[in-house]
Amino acid sequence: MDGQPESLTGAQSLVRSLESVGAEVVFGIPGGAILPAYDPLFDSKTVRHILVRHEQGGGHAAEGYAQATGKVGVCMATSGPGATNLVTPIADAYMDSVPLVAITGQVPSGSIGTDAFQEADIVGITMPITKHNFLVQHVEDIPRTIAEAFHLASTGRPGPVLVDLPKDILQARGTFSWPPQLDLPGYHPTTKPHAKQIREAARMIAAAKRPVLYVGGGVLKARAAAELHVLAELTGIPVVTTLMARGAFPDSHPQHLGMPGMHGTVAAVTALQKSDLLICLGARFDDRVTGKLDTFAPGAAVIHADIDPAEIGKNRAADVPIVGDCRETIADLVVAIGDLYDAGTRADITGWWRSLDDWRERYPLGYAEPTDGSLAPQHVVTRIGQIAGPDAIYVSGVGQHQMWASQFISYENPYTWLNSGGAGTMGYAVPAAMGAKVGRPDATVWAIDGDGCFQMTNQELVTCAIEGIPIKVAIINNGNLGMVRQWQTLFYDSRYSNTKLQSKRVPDFVKLAEAMGCVGLRCDAKGDVDATIEKAMAIDDAPVVVDFVVGEDAMVWPMVPAGTSNDEILAARDTRPVWDANDV
Amino acid sequence: MALTRHTLSVLVEDKPGVLARVAALFSRRGFNIESLAVGPTEHPTVSRMTIVVAVEDLPLEQVTKQLNKLVNVLKIVELDPDSSVQRELMLVKVKADLSSRSHVLETVQLFRAKVVDVASDAVTIEATGTTDKLAALIRVLEPFGIRELVQSGMVAVGRGSRSMTGAEPRLRSIS
Repeated sequence: MDGQPESLTGAQSLVRSLESVGAEVVFGIPGGAILPAYDPLFDSKTVRHILVRHEQGGGHAAEGYAQATGKVGVCMATSGPGATNLVTPIADAYMDSVPLVAITGQVPSGSIGTDAFQEADIVGITMPITKHNFLVQHVEDIPRTIAEAFHLASTGRPGPVLVDLPKDILQARGTFSWPPQLDLPGYHPTTKPHAKQIREAARMIAAAKRPVLYVGGGVLKARAAAELHVLAELTGIPVVTTLMARGAFPDSHPQHLGMPGMHGTVAAVTALQKSDLLICLGARFDDRVTGKLDTFAPGAAVIHADIDPAEIGKNRAADVPIVGDCRETIADLVVAIGDLYDAGTRADITGWWRSLDDWRERYPLGYAEPTDGSLAPQHVVTRIGQIAGPDAIYVSGVGQHQMWASQFISYENPYTWLNSGGAGTMGYAVPAAMGAKVGRPDATVWAIDGDGCFQMTNQELVTCAIEGIPIKVAIINNGNLGMVRQWQTLFYDSRYSNTKLQSKRVPDFVKLAEAMGCVGLRCDAKGDVDATIEKAMAIDDAPVVVDFVVGEDAMVWPMVPAGTSNDEILAARDTRPVWDANDV
Repeated sequence: MALTRHTLSVLVEDKPGVLARVAALFSRRGFNIESLAVGPTEHPTVSRMTIVVAVEDLPLEQVTKQLNKLVNVLKIVELDPDSSVQRELMLVKVKADLSSRSHVLETVQLFRAKVVDVASDAVTIEATGTTDKLAALIRVLEPFGIRELVQSGMVAVGRGSRSMTGAEPRLRSIS
């Protein structure tokens, strides 16, 4: 690919740059301003373009692809509304640090600022939700800009980068040469942790009596699951994995206490509260984890390791800040802690484990069978996880079904759980599952979706059917915006204002699935759940949609009500855990 | 905790949209810019912003870290008022007829300002100095009648021989 400068159009230069940077797939929709780029793209031998049905779907598909593979996801749209439809997935990728490159057409340079047809200032619009963005002004700048966009998206703390290309720049002729020289004088992410900080952290870890490894999505981004496993087993310290880190540490591992946060396990939430040392690896003390911040883990010292220095000290002061890549940080910690252990410095944490095991035993995750004979959504999710197994990829939307999928599926491998954590984007599941399946065609990909979410982005099932992307979708259909309804039940005196979707009646999801070229199945009885899942598993030549009709009264437990302290955790409705006098 | 004024010198790449990125970051994170000045430096590809912001220490650290994440930002230094030279420029048009003109000119002299335009009933005065000095000048001129006033943002540079920009035209950002 490297070679002599050639004379190419901007559009050809763009496609050659995408090929040269190793992009395999672009999810997009053409339109007026981006049209020149689609002509050479038509001939590309290495870049597959997948024609999505809505740009938002293209953006989430690129996210799903990126999160399942670790590669940069690419989406493409035309100017104006095409570009603004990418805003939600770009914001989503920004919140969850997903490496994404969005390529948008723009009106010709001479028309910018004139309110031309399909003009929108997408660089201005996406400034606060991108890691960086570019408006390309010269055709010669295209290769360098694309190379910089991929570099920025995938290094340091990953994130979305947008490249806006005016139509005349795509049509102009200029020189193309590869590789280009990157020109990013202000961009130097720190990857190597400071040795002094590592030593200090190791000293605190070896001395702590109630330590917890608080593991966030940064561990997955750094591809550090193996290193984490070594650190956990070396130290014997309990592990909690946040919503963004599910799969970073096996759920079956005896040291795993589960997920912390608003709907975390009692053991995980309480472990953080009672801890004397939080070892925070690639997590960011999000409000959904900490609850009321000034009551969070009141007795804990904090070691905070993150590649983004701005996260350290943002919400919670760190006693030992470590800026660096999580993989290098954990590897260095393992060596430093090992040295201390060899020298005989090691605090006894067996008392801590007695408390943890007691909480875990007394307050396990669970749910009550519905008394009205309806199907329990938790049962459906549990059985999908057990039948599809730990090698499948699970992608959820946002709401009750997302929490159940994070709780009741056992994640054993990294990159098998994809969801919209920071932004909480309803409608993420179907397009992201499509992207994940494109990136990992050999894996079974299950979208666990709600009926509310599903009605936001299900059009991408058409794309799946036509492009041969056989994902499986489980609609946890309770006919309501379930999580909002749960809050109305608990905090608004059961006044169900505008949460009833009535989607048990309309639309008919089986017919809808069939109309979109998918296989549609329905299940509303516990006795049929396994057979239905197995039937869906057996179909591999078409997307499958299963309408699981479930009861509307199921709630997500445990729960820390918003804005309250984690100490107020409810194991179930009206059930506050009781601690022994002996508890730490 | 009381808000403290901080002066940040920010070296940025001279590229379109950089001012918008920096200004938007401050407003997005809830900080109020008191004064902002942008201009070229001795390096053709580098611009320098002097930003005065009133914040507590901890949020200042956060906004500095967030600023450093902007790809076009090369380097940030906080300038301590005691070890830097800080200047603003003011142009002020004051009523000055035959009866008051000599008093106005006396004030101009006192503040080492200068008259840059004269009309039959007004003079325009140019003054540079610290925020406090210019505020004092305004107080003294007010009784004569201020007809129009315009002030620049503050520019500042550290005292001594050390240079923030260094010899390299391409600067490394601080972390």
